[in-house]
Amino acid sequence: MLKDITIGQFFPGESLLHRLDPRFKIIITCIFVVMLFIGDSVWGLVIGSVFTFGAIALSKIPNRLFVKSIKPIFPFLIFTAVLNLVFISDGDVLFKWRFIKVTEGGIETSVYMLVRIVLLIAGSSLLTYTTSPIALTDALEQLMSPLKKLKFPVHELSMMMTIALRFIPTLIEETDKIMSAQKARGAEIDSGSLRARVKNLIPILIPLFVSSFRRAEELATAMECRCYNGGDGRTRLRQLKSGGRDFAALAVTCAFMGAIIAVNLML
Amino acid sequence: MSILKTENLTYTYSQGTPFEKTAVKNVNLEIEEGELVGVMGHTGSGKSTLIQHFNGLLKPTSGRILLEGKDIWENKTEIRNVRFKVGLVFQYPEYQLFEETVFKDIAFGPKNMGLDKDEIERRVRETAENLGLPQECLERSPFELSGGQKRRVAIAGVMAMEPKILILDEPTAGLDPHGRDVILGQIKQYHKKTGNTVLIVSHSMEDIAKYADKILVMNKSELFCYDTTVNVFSRSKEIEAMGLDVPQITRVFNALEQRGLNFGKQVYTVEYAKELIMKKLRERGKVTRC
Repeated sequence: MLKDITIGQFFPGESLLHRLDPRFKIIITCIFVVMLFIGDSVWGLVIGSVFTFGAIALSKIPNRLFVKSIKPIFPFLIFTAVLNLVFISDGDVLFKWRFIKVTEGGIETSVYMLVRIVLLIAGSSLLTYTTSPIALTDALEQLMSPLKKLKFPVHELSMMMTIALRFIPTLIEETDKIMSAQKARGAEIDSGSLRARVKNLIPILIPLFVSSFRRAEELATAMECRCYNGGDGRTRLRQLKSGGRDFAALAVTCAFMGAIIAVNLML
Repeated sequence: MSILKTENLTYTYSQGTPFEKTAVKNVNLEIEEGELVGVMGHTGSGKSTLIQHFNGLLKPTSGRILLEGKDIWENKTEIRNVRFKVGLVFQYPEYQLFEETVFKDIAFGPKNMGLDKDEIERRVRETAENLGLPQECLERSPFELSGGQKRRVAIAGVMAMEPKILILDEPTAGLDPHGRDVILGQIKQYHKKTGNTVLIVSHSMEDIAKYADKILVMNKSELFCYDTTVNVFSRSKEIEAMGLDVPQITRVFNALEQRGLNFGKQVYTVEYAKELIMKKLRERGKVTRC
């Protein structure tokens, strides 16, 4: 059950996408998101889809993982589609029942929205699928480093993110273990009324909190033992390096962006 | 009829992802009622995965598990009853304590079984006593206790369900030598008193050799052997080649054998070794009495 969570998961590999500099990958993802939202014609979305599916193909990550990452947002997708369908009243009315009017414009917008969200989730999952959490936070820290001038605690923030990300699998494992242990004592976890279910969480949540605090304390002690005192003067074991292929990837992304803007201007 | 039987039990983790790993491969074994079995194997040999199949926490990828002759997965809704028959104490079980008082925590399992109040009370007091937890500690918070006491409360929580088979995964991990002996002694006592089947997973060969009637050895996801303690330690060279320890005294006797002193017996406890040595010395007339 908990193993099905794929958001933020990293799948090791050797593909071109895995080898790109994480800083460029973050920038490319940002451009990609903008790209999806300014492309508001059929052609814009086609270009966006080509970009997404091209990237997915390059990443060599099994397609079913993307299906899996979209599955949890399915209810949200339907909700968005229905809202758009009902509340947008541009163009010809195709169907009318009491106060509900379905118009051509409504159908168009809800289809566009659906495609956009699916591409958005698939494309941005690609960032975490192909980048290790450590590389990701390192890259974020460097990208945000200009903010240091404004006294913004960039290093602290990225250290906190690193630790949080680092502990997600540990906590999932721990939860799994505690759940198994309580199930072994006959606890019912996924059955019963809502009230019963909430009550059944107590035997899992309390041990989980206790052990999280214990882990936090141990980690803090271990960090202090190694004389950790913040980001000043720290050097890195892994230096991020960018090369020709990173600039090439950025150029390709910009080309796609340019294509979408061009399509928008022409239509 | 054996109480627990596995047929071609195989389990693969994360099937269909890059992390796919077969943890248990084609295991066939039969455990008889009333045995005290030691389970050993290297870290990652699949022993923890194997024991989680016995009470239906994991469902085999292929193969079957028979409890008293009945496939435990035949009726999915009955799986909870399997867990009451096969009690499993996890590694570091003290991390699963959650109730306000020790009493309530031990009572969690029996309460889930739907027992009445008097029966729960009887079981909690009895198991607490068997595990050497004083009555006044039952009203305290489990989080105030010492490490060894917490461990015993957690073990009591499973024992109080009075399972036909009790499985303990490394019940002595992280305890001091005294705490270790106390807990193992209490488990042995429980086994003697109830006559129930007990499985103990342990890294300590000395402990297994001292307490177990039979030993189950896992190696690289496969069942290496399941046999009586004597027979298993007669293969001490193979076991050592696997990277597992054999009891110190067995190593001493293997070394004596290499130097030409052959006792012709498999030795794995110090008491037995003493007996043999004394016998040998008496034969030579060096010692008249002991």
